[in-house]
Amino acid sequence: MATIAFTINGRPAKLDAAADTPLLWIVREHLKLAGTKYGCGSGLCGACTVHVDGRAARSCQVTASQVEGKRVTTIEGLSPDASHPLQRAWIAEQVPQCGYCQSGQIMQAADLLASNKTPTRAQIVAHMDGNLCRCGTYPRIVRAIERAAREA
Amino acid sequence: MTHPDTTRSHAARALSRRQMLAGSAGLSFAFAFGAPSVFGEGIASAQTAGRLNGYVTIATDGAITITSPALEMGQGVSTALPLIIAEELDADWAKVKVQQAPVAAAYNHPILQQQMVVGSLTTRGYWVPCRIAAAQARRVLLDAVAERWKVPVAELTTEPSAVVHAASKRRIGYGEIAAFARVPEKLPEIKPEELKPAKAFRLIGKDVPRPDVVDKSSGKPIYAMDVQVPGMIYATLARAPVRGSGPTSFNRDELKALPGIIDVVALDNGVGIIGQTVEAVFAARGKLKAEWRDAPGAKVDSVANLHEYLAHVRDPAQKGVVGRTTGDANAAIAGTAKVHASEFTSDYVYHAQMEPHVCVASVTPDGVEVWTGTQWQTRAVADAAKAAGVAPEKVKLNQMHMGGSFGRNIFVEYVVDAVNLSKAVGKPVKMIQSRGDDVVHGRFRPMYAQRIEVGLDGAGKVVGWRHRIAADPVVPYLYGQARMDAQKGVDHIVFAGADVPHYDVPAHVADHIYEERGVRTAAWRGIGAGATNFAIEVVIDELAQLAGKNPLEYRVALLKDPRAKRVVERAAEMAEWNRKRDGTALGISFGKLGLPPIGFSLIATVAEVSLDRANGLIRCHNLWCAADVGLPVQPGNVTAQLESSLIFALGSALKERITIKDGVVQQSNFHDYEILRMSETPQIGVDVIRSGDIPLPVGELGMPGVVPAVSNAVFALTGRRLRNAPFTPNRVKAALA
Repeated sequence: MATIAFTINGRPAKLDAAADTPLLWIVREHLKLAGTKYGCGSGLCGACTVHVDGRAARSCQVTASQVEGKRVTTIEGLSPDASHPLQRAWIAEQVPQCGYCQSGQIMQAADLLASNKTPTRAQIVAHMDGNLCRCGTYPRIVRAIERAAREA
Repeated sequence: MTHPDTTRSHAARALSRRQMLAGSAGLSFAFAFGAPSVFGEGIASAQTAGRLNGYVTIATDGAITITSPALEMGQGVSTALPLIIAEELDADWAKVKVQQAPVAAAYNHPILQQQMVVGSLTTRGYWVPCRIAAAQARRVLLDAVAERWKVPVAELTTEPSAVVHAASKRRIGYGEIAAFARVPEKLPEIKPEELKPAKAFRLIGKDVPRPDVVDKSSGKPIYAMDVQVPGMIYATLARAPVRGSGPTSFNRDELKALPGIIDVVALDNGVGIIGQTVEAVFAARGKLKAEWRDAPGAKVDSVANLHEYLAHVRDPAQKGVVGRTTGDANAAIAGTAKVHASEFTSDYVYHAQMEPHVCVASVTPDGVEVWTGTQWQTRAVADAAKAAGVAPEKVKLNQMHMGGSFGRNIFVEYVVDAVNLSKAVGKPVKMIQSRGDDVVHGRFRPMYAQRIEVGLDGAGKVVGWRHRIAADPVVPYLYGQARMDAQKGVDHIVFAGADVPHYDVPAHVADHIYEERGVRTAAWRGIGAGATNFAIEVVIDELAQLAGKNPLEYRVALLKDPRAKRVVERAAEMAEWNRKRDGTALGISFGKLGLPPIGFSLIATVAEVSLDRANGLIRCHNLWCAADVGLPVQPGNVTAQLESSLIFALGSALKERITIKDGVVQQSNFHDYEILRMSETPQIGVDVIRSGDIPLPVGELGMPGVVPAVSNAVFALTGRRLRNAPFTPNRVKAALA
């Protein structure tokens, strides 16, 4: 067990956890921020995507000790009211179906737009390809990212 | 013995219930769906049972809460059904809020008579009952105003959320009416012909923003995975690798000694690992060493078995159960000069829903409370009750959003497992299946071998069609042997799609040779049609080839149904069927979804593919579909469901495959069970066709057409037929060799 201190959605967090606890469970079950999802536990689906120091990371593959002193952002921290340009675009394009993968998709997309404000379609697809969606919302995700880039 | 004045107390009870329905809080309408002729009785029994399951609540400020009777799992019913109610009620949609119905018999699916979301039947099934119920509510409002204003009710009309008396230029909002209206004990009878004519629809047929979209874009909806209950601990269940098996021994002491582990228990079907945190439980799961009881499926080798399935469909001495028959196909084929025969196989496939199985259960002396997502609420309650040894009334099922289901969560074994684990440890338990366990213990669409024989007369006309299927059964496990017996052994899940009613085929027979191998099976999206229509539509292409005709031309000529011809021609038009391609080719298919009493929605699919011959990789560049869905309640959502099911099906055409060796599923996560990625998703063009005034099945409509369209496209490109789905690179290379 170790005491881990980091920032989560702009607020300080300090808790005791085994050093190798996946950040995913720290966020979901210890901090009770359930917007970040468990899909595979192996970094293969992207449902658990959060930002660590501003860059997308699969939280199932990040350990508690690895976030010591870092800034973690989850879907809850993207905006208080679905007002992030990506979220507004997601709503305009009516993207979600079951919704389970969508937090990870949005966080991964936010990482793209943070570093590339005018991505081509090919760049969008390459960046998003690690995020799975079983409901097949991929075409709308692409349109939403393009819309957010246009409207931001 | 004293006799209490039951008359007065009964009336007092009834009155207070009516007061609960109306008054300062607004108006609530309880609708119990039974057969339309017993609405009054249904409501009375709901009232005397003490349950007020309101579907429509109108607050005095005009806010309307509509309860959606069917569970939303991404298919859009939590918008479509309330919209249908709002249409008939003539409600201002901007004033409507939607809430999910609790689990209660009053919300049962009108056809299925269970609370159940399956078969793309939800919108179609609730269509008339929802409208009648809403029309009754509107009538109550009209009657209340007629009485208040002392005018004939026939002089009143409604505009969105208002009753209008044109003659006296008076207008009153629904909220105001709610303040004084009373809901009568017996709701007014509405005849179907009194319902709003389709041409007057304001809401149905146009898209409204789906109410669940905002929260789903913010990580807000609560899935079973997210539930937190005071005192809750965690568990996972390592199920036996083979159906019907269970543990004989395991390293309990070693696991119990691990940090955070509370207990490790043997259940009949697996080993339950219970602990303080998810991470502790999953870490212990990784260290489980168990021995398992022998079971029939323990020797399954799916690759070897498929050869047996094929041998069976080839062998006339193997008699299957006949599930579809028109005329006498055997005689027709026996009497023909030419018989064209073709064989096809489809591998087991896994649902791959993004949320692995999870259920929170709390068993106490007072009863059972369960939090989970399921497509079969009635069954979940019944099975939880049985597992806990209580009456179903003692089970409270909290319905959570589901992270996808696609037929998987019609089975509720994860609910039973969670209840058993909570019982074992005496605490609320969140039981989570790891993804690995969700794959290895999945229930799959059966493996299929199919042989179609078509008898052609001297002029090349089709006179008989015989469709043989060898596949694992599903119905005995999904619905029980009693249901199978009642259906005379016809497994309707396996048979789905195995007929050609829209084609001019005078005699047809389909039979199913049961391949009971001990493999866990379930209904997969599209059920049997994903496999049966693959075979049918490649055969149609082969018949076109035999006749020297273009596949489009041949299909349109052989189809006898005008709606079917229309979708085929439209899809071909969308794809510019006759435009010469360089490096790609087109394939076309027809498909259907539904049942004779309900109606069929129809779809034609065109796939444009290219092929890397060196590595056998098919790339699908475009998919077009023309879909005749009767009445699209929400055309944009119909489009979304078509995109969804087309992509789902494309995965089974190109990549998805479960294999089993020595009884154990060989795949364990998304690295070896690959579903379609964004980079593999084609451009998709959809044309939603309205052909009538009744909504027909939609949620699975994209499933039947993709696999054959891709196979037919590869034929157009290479002259070789792909008959073994999925069309993996090795299979493609073998076909090209």
